[in-house]
Amino acid sequence: MHILTADRLDELIGALRRVGRVVGPVLREGAISYGEVESAADLPRGWTDRQEPGAYRLEWDSRDLYFGFTLGAQSWKPFLFPPRLRLWSARRSEDGSFATRDEADDAPAQVFLGVRPCDLAAIAVQDRVFLHGPHQDPEYRRRREHAFLVAVTCGQAATTCFCTSMGHGPRAERGFDIALTELRDERGHRFLVEAGTRRGDEVLSELCMEEATAPDGQDAGRVAAATAAQITRRMPADIAGVLRRGHAHPHWGEVASRCLACTNCTLVCPTCFCMAVEDTTDLDGTAHRDRRWDSCFTAGHSYIHGGSVHASTASRYRQWMTHKLSGWFDQFGTSGCVGCGRCITWCPAAIDITAEAAAIAGTAGGATC
Amino acid sequence: MAAADPGFLAPRPARVLGWRRETAESVTIALEPAGEPWLPGQFNMLYAFGAGEVPISISGDPGRPDRLVHTVRSVGMVSAALCRLRRGQWVGVRGPFGSAWPLPAARGRDVLVIAGGVGLAPLRPVVYELCCHRGDYGRVTLLYGARTPGDLLFRPELERWRRRIEVLVTVDRAAPGWTGDVGVVGSLLPRAGLDPAGAVAMVCGPEVMMRFALADLRRLGLPESATWISMERNMHCAVGLCGHCQLGPAFVCRDGPVFGAGAIGWALGVREV
Amino acid sequence: MLTIADVVARCPLFDGLPTRHRELIAGCARFARFDAGTAIFLEGQPADRFHVIREGRVTLEVFSPERGRIVVQTLGPGDPLGWSWLFPPYRWHLDAFAREPVAAISFDGACLRGTCHEDHELGHLLMERFGGLMLQRLQATRLQLLDVYAHGSR
Repeated sequence: MHILTADRLDELIGALRRVGRVVGPVLREGAISYGEVESAADLPRGWTDRQEPGAYRLEWDSRDLYFGFTLGAQSWKPFLFPPRLRLWSARRSEDGSFATRDEADDAPAQVFLGVRPCDLAAIAVQDRVFLHGPHQDPEYRRRREHAFLVAVTCGQAATTCFCTSMGHGPRAERGFDIALTELRDERGHRFLVEAGTRRGDEVLSELCMEEATAPDGQDAGRVAAATAAQITRRMPADIAGVLRRGHAHPHWGEVASRCLACTNCTLVCPTCFCMAVEDTTDLDGTAHRDRRWDSCFTAGHSYIHGGSVHASTASRYRQWMTHKLSGWFDQFGTSGCVGCGRCITWCPAAIDITAEAAAIAGTAGGATC
Repeated sequence: MAAADPGFLAPRPARVLGWRRETAESVTIALEPAGEPWLPGQFNMLYAFGAGEVPISISGDPGRPDRLVHTVRSVGMVSAALCRLRRGQWVGVRGPFGSAWPLPAARGRDVLVIAGGVGLAPLRPVVYELCCHRGDYGRVTLLYGARTPGDLLFRPELERWRRRIEVLVTVDRAAPGWTGDVGVVGSLLPRAGLDPAGAVAMVCGPEVMMRFALADLRRLGLPESATWISMERNMHCAVGLCGHCQLGPAFVCRDGPVFGAGAIGWALGVREV
Repeated sequence: MLTIADVVARCPLFDGLPTRHRELIAGCARFARFDAGTAIFLEGQPADRFHVIREGRVTLEVFSPERGRIVVQTLGPGDPLGWSWLFPPYRWHLDAFAREPVAAISFDGACLRGTCHEDHELGHLLMERFGGLMLQRLQATRLQLLDVYAHGSR
């Protein structure tokens, strides 16, 4: 582990830019979003966020940190699993036959600067979905192989965070190329820097850094512990089992009376992977196949000839939550939820997945009648 | 057209060898090249150029691997386009996908095949197999129900199969000249002489029909472990990545479409799942 | 050669009934045959008998002026035929034709009705059995009505 003083952050960013295009947190339209980072000046230094169910705003933070916020609406999902992608095009030849032509572009090398541990866990979850099944997604693989991950420990938790009850915490332990913990105290404004892979080691070897001392390591540990202590929300234990048995629970109808089926939660969720495959033709007769993000909250998601299987909002909410917290285990061996809390912040009806889980876990379905 | 890397979810072109109208709504088409080997119960995604892609069960004879046969019912834009295909025209094929009917497990046992409506199409490869290797199985019975006599599929084959296995056919509504049975397909069960200790049942049809058929079979003592059904859900990718075909935690394209009744029977009793 | 009593004893419809009731019922029964194409009973006729089919198929039909004879259901070996004998006005609601040569056990419904008025236990048991039969037929008919094989929208 090494120490990089904050005034030298540009050196690290410069080294990262030699690996690939650096994408990191930037201030945009009143929120923290991900965009290209060319220097430390592009980072939202001094800003922090306040998040509640259905509410998000930025505030000036006197700690004046580079990573003093928690997380924005966007996860890293769009960079590995693009919201829209053309898969192939085809033209018919004279005899009516056709051959498809792959339209995939070369995935550029990307550096994700500022990956929160929950988002790191989400990338690991999506790796299972797209890379570890009987069929793999070559588009995801291409982008994933060229992604370099720089994790940053959370120095503060939002009220909507609940990573600690999902098996993660504010400090990343694995899955990164480089991990940073931002420290600012009487010993100065600095980053604790560690490599998680050989690639990370190679990038860090370009910088001349002092070895971290034991107190530095302890400071980093304290930052993580303090953040964990701020977390108030939690997911009930064995929610997977509760939901597997909870099809008939009356609470689904209660949630449905509030849920707008607006699909925000599935858009901001870092692990949701539903995609629609669309076939179109141009006027010149060229056929295309595209894919785009889809959501189980739409009426068309479950359409089979005659009608949709999930006709009611209640059944769609039940599908989303049961899949996320229970079905995922059967499918991929892990929960689909990482506790990032985005679905709580960005729900216009302020629906809180942890509260709904508690409501269903707290009373066994049908126990009262 | 230069050969190119076909890419993700890309169909291969296949040419229509022949077609036969089965009913006012359904057509059987034969394609070549036949492509990868397939098992009864599996399906392909068939692509009508520019229109779209739909999952269609393979309905052909496993003993004739030179051609790929599907029976398509016209229920929407893409299936209507597939039903309009004629000899020499081209279609896109991806597959085969999905799980198969448990023919190996059925060897030496009585086999009861229960089909409703177009559900006979995914079961036809099974019936061909049972007829062709008749000696490998015990008592074999096909129970087939359709809406009206005009909706019966594979009428020439039904007659041929009668020479080797028992075939009982019924319709929900008779038409003038119909001399066969009238009533739901479950009403044929008493005549099938089911031995619950040794039989296996394979059921395919609308979900409502399968639900009631399973209840009838349970009432007659056939355990869920000896019963298989074929399910259907919205499919886009057919490879377990797009999320649409989920039935509880199961992906119908990958864990199905053929399921043991013990594994999926719970879903038939839950609404909107 | 099976006697009427043997055949009645094996009938699932009367399964589990006390011996004395089965003997009573057998006493009202006889073997019957119907040639192919003949009417077993016609709509509107007095319903004084009922049958249990042993061989052959029977069509239950409704006659309509425009469409002629419409088959709504077929019955076969083992199926009971007819329950209108149990309920006023004791008249048949449908036609029943022998589609092919039919062998059946035929029961004197009028006689059994009389017996049931005196022996309420028998009456109760027969009501139970025929009630169950009607439930099954109703459920099957509902399924036919659902038109499950048709392509339709919600």
